[in-house]
Amino acid sequence: MFRQVIGEESKKIKNVVEKGIVKRFSESIGDLHPIYVDEEVGRQSRYGRNIAPPTFPRVFDYGEIEGLHLPNKGLIHGEQIYHYERPLLVGEELYCYTQVKDYYEKEGKNGLMCFLVTKRYGEDVQGNVIFTEEATIIITEKVRKAMEV
Amino acid sequence: MSKLVELQTGDRLEQITLSPVSRMDLIKYAGSSLDFNPIHTVDEEAAKAGLPGIIAHGMWTMGNLAKLFTPYYEEGFIQDYQIRFAGMVFLNDTVTLQAEVTDRASDNLLFDVKAVNQHDKSVIKGSIKFKLLKDE
Repeated sequence: MFRQVIGEESKKIKNVVEKGIVKRFSESIGDLHPIYVDEEVGRQSRYGRNIAPPTFPRVFDYGEIEGLHLPNKGLIHGEQIYHYERPLLVGEELYCYTQVKDYYEKEGKNGLMCFLVTKRYGEDVQGNVIFTEEATIIITEKVRKAMEV
Repeated sequence: MSKLVELQTGDRLEQITLSPVSRMDLIKYAGSSLDFNPIHTVDEEAAKAGLPGIIAHGMWTMGNLAKLFTPYYEEGFIQDYQIRFAGMVFLNDTVTLQAEVTDRASDNLLFDVKAVNQHDKSVIKGSIKFKLLKDE
């Protein structure tokens, strides 16, 4: 049902690794380490600044892909992969977008399972990719029928 | 705390057992991640989805698991972090975070990582490649 959007991309959106949001996010995963939140510790560190936790890119805006409308309920998160060239620096600007990498179907014991693989990118101001995030989302037969597609 | 670079294949990081999962944990994560899927916070919505109760965001558990490595950022950083969501985490579950070295090279360490519940069942599992940075 999503085969036609394979390869489609969203437009790049500017995001800022915002200090207050990094703090709130770190707290919510029980990881208020000084490297994330203490400015002096950040300055003294090898990165010269505070950094963000590796799963932080969930909070960024990646824009919308035309023709890709997912339900907000019932999706199963199957797999998640991050790749980093370096940690994200607090205060930096990143340009983020998303791409449909793959879509496939498998017959399972509860009917047809659909797998949607999306890949998100975060680039620095010069256009270097700093991180990527790949997610596999599983759409079960029940959810697919509710979508009426 | 020993240095990561001194670890050998088969060595484990000191595991962390989290406090039992509370509703407030999940409300806070929903707010910070902007993932407001109601199966994580609203009992009725979880029941409607056929679940025995609200479940933790998989990404909450994945976020927690990474903190085993947070003390080591002066040695390097998590370059690759791959996770498969293998089971659900319910309210009051006690999750333990684990990492074991599976391979090492001159500039990186590979770990098997997982989070297990109080029944010793993996709820998420995967691998981390920790890139070692040279001292300047």
